[in-house]
Amino acid sequence: MPLLDVQDLRVDLPVEAGTLHAVRGIDLSVERGEMLCLVGESGCGKSMTSLALMGLLPRRARLSAGRLDFDGESLTALSERRRGQLRGRRMAMIFQEPMTALNPAYTLGNQLCEAFLRHRLGNRRQARERAIELLERVGISAAAERLAQYPHQLSGGLRQRVMIAMALMCDPDLIIADEPTTALDVTIQAQILRLLRDLQQEMGTAVIFITHDLGVVARIADRVAVMYAGEVIETALTQALYANPSHPYTRGLLSCIPAPGKTPPGSRLQAIPGVVPSLVGEVEGCAFRNRCPLVREGEVDAARCEHTPELRRLTGDHQARCHYAEHRAATRVAQPELSP
Amino acid sequence: MNALSSRGALADQAGAGPDTDIDTMPALELCALSKRYTLGGGLFKRGRALQAVSEVSLAIPRGQVMGLVGESGCGKSTLAKMLLGLATPSAGEVRVDGRPLGDAGQKALARHIQPIFQDPYSSLNPRKRVAAIVELPLRVHGIGTPRERAQRVAETLDLVGLPQRAAAQFPGQLSGGQRQRVAIARALIMRPDIVICDEPTSALDVSVQAQILNLLLDLKQEFGLTYLFISHDLAVVEHLVDRVAVMYLGRIVEEGSRKQIFAAPRHPYTQALLASALTPEPGLGVPDIGLGDVMPDPSNPPSGCAFHPRCPKAQALCRESRPTLTAETTGVSRAACHFASA
Ligand SMILES: Nc1ncnc2c1ncn2[C@@H]1O[C@H](COP(=O)(O)OP(=O)(O)OP(=O)(O)O)[C@@H](O)[C@H]1O
Ligand SMILES: Nc1ncnc2c1ncn2[C@@H]1O[C@H](COP(=O)(O)OP(=O)(O)O)[C@@H](O)[C@H]1O
Ligand code: SF4
Ligand code: SF4
Ligand SMILES: [Mg+2]
Ligand SMILES: [Mg+2]
Repeated sequence: MPLLDVQDLRVDLPVEAGTLHAVRGIDLSVERGEMLCLVGESGCGKSMTSLALMGLLPRRARLSAGRLDFDGESLTALSERRRGQLRGRRMAMIFQEPMTALNPAYTLGNQLCEAFLRHRLGNRRQARERAIELLERVGISAAAERLAQYPHQLSGGLRQRVMIAMALMCDPDLIIADEPTTALDVTIQAQILRLLRDLQQEMGTAVIFITHDLGVVARIADRVAVMYAGEVIETALTQALYANPSHPYTRGLLSCIPAPGKTPPGSRLQAIPGVVPSLVGEVEGCAFRNRCPLVREGEVDAARCEHTPELRRLTGDHQARCHYAEHRAATRVAQPELSP
Repeated sequence: MNALSSRGALADQAGAGPDTDIDTMPALELCALSKRYTLGGGLFKRGRALQAVSEVSLAIPRGQVMGLVGESGCGKSTLAKMLLGLATPSAGEVRVDGRPLGDAGQKALARHIQPIFQDPYSSLNPRKRVAAIVELPLRVHGIGTPRERAQRVAETLDLVGLPQRAAAQFPGQLSGGQRQRVAIARALIMRPDIVICDEPTSALDVSVQAQILNLLLDLKQEFGLTYLFISHDLAVVEHLVDRVAVMYLGRIVEEGSRKQIFAAPRHPYTQALLASALTPEPGLGVPDIGLGDVMPDPSNPPSGCAFHPRCPKAQALCRESRPTLTAETTGVSRAACHFASA
């Protein structure tokens, strides 16, 4: 049984122009100890998905799900109080900007120990000991003295390390990390990612790691789910996804970033022209069809793409939401152009 | 595609004149440029000085792209602001075609050097229509009649791949990529020789970034533009630039051709920077880049080589003496390190 089992998750937000369907029927499952990366461009619903899983959606958002099970228990059936007991204890979250999650008025020690004490996992001394142990584990020197410091006294990279330590305080089963390294310098990012990956493997924690960076995904994920316009459009084991991207959007994403050693410097990059459809009101047919190169180049029957494709199994664990995921021209598109 | 074709006429207008040795001279030259901020009063301790940029000397040949990389707060944007006349250097000077900028004055400067900033959301006035935004630099400089200006706006929108109907729209009605095209149009309408790009695509999604990078490359090719290109994304830098300058705590620590820097980096910081770039290759994991993570305080920089507290190669000498950037030699980059790799 997977640790987290989500089927047909939907999040609707009332907006002036009607209803914005931020998440439009997502299926996800996360095994214990697994690192799942959710990847997609801005506005595709990554953060709304993570907030829905954590039970932290904005008040006016409406959530529905065919299934939303955590360790065999339905989250939708839980009272707000029971949900609060899970949060921080068995499910923890790391946000992109640690300053939004850290309270500037409290010391790091207070904030690190808060959930541990609230969930009655031990007394103050034990909380303090665990905090020091974890701060050291995330590479923060003079940990005992740090406990008395305030968040603004730390650099962005150190704050993010504190957030990781805080997420680990209660030894959760699942951590959701929403773009935790996006705001950091590449050297610091590499250090934090390495740390997160090591700790995750050592403690057997499952992680849903949200990012828009396909480089990061390649290096840390066990499995990947690619999102577009509120849906998962492709999911596979990491190696399989990069070796054989099957949805035209995934292939587009992989070929629009210059690949050192492969893309000749100064050559034209493959862009994905067009924009994401509005998520206010219903999206008819395949959400990608106004930008899809297979449709544009007349490789496929455009009329069929007016019918919404299902996320369907291609091989083993590899699934894609495209009528033409096996199309031969598909592979051609994947090759980066070698002539300028 | 003729919006910028009267380049020669414009150069005369701006007083550049037909220089004889203009082609051997770098388009843009920074000579020991420094910027010092004083953090006085308020929240900060009184009278503390912050050396944001220290003695930066760089030359960008005409028609080339110089990449500028380095971590957050190392002084890249401060450098860009000095080139644009938005910050006054504390010392040193900027030369355009061999002439010191100081003499030229703000207005003449704008004709030579134009910026493209990171954020296409905040750098465009939300209450102005695109046509007015793009036209503004011409109006400020009193160039052309209203009809001529409208013509040039139309040509420039075309040049950057915006539909003519965009002229009547407001920035809020455009996508991120379109807004960045507006910003590029606004920079190009002055027909500058030099464009300073400060993270021009870092607020954009990758699918849109590719379009903007293609556009920047096309424009460079077509008009022989010279770029200073600031970015955090090393893959993008490698794709776009001819030369690279690496900055650490206000100083250039390494400078060389694209090939030198990416194939044979000599400075330990450049080496760490390149090692930490995560290319989309599964199975490689996240490398241990072996850097200490004591981030330096720019208002109290470490002694000697400012990188020594994090440097895996540091020796006693590094704490005492600051290495200088080596002079130009053939074949290898210039590096500021006592123990630079060969
Ligand atoms: N107006 C100012 N007054 C005082 N200090 C400043 C000012 N502008 C910048 N600084 C400081 O100067 C240093 C260099 O800043 P700068 O904005 O040039 O960095 P950067 O390299 O562009 O960073 P990023 O990659 O985050 O954009 C930083 O320490 C910054 O805090
Ligand atoms: N508080 C909100 N109110 C209304 N719409 C929102 C709100 N937050 C996000 N959205 C919209 O929901 C969609 C998904 O957003 P989000 O999950 O934040 O995307 P991502 O994290 O992938 O960038 C977007 O269309 C976004 O504009
Ligand atoms: S279903 Fe059709 S439009 Fe959608 S991605 Fe596949 S080929 Fe393209
Ligand atoms: S001078 Fe010393 S500390 Fe500085 S980069 Fe070179 S080896 Fe490292
Ligand atoms: Mg988000
Ligand atoms: Mg900057």
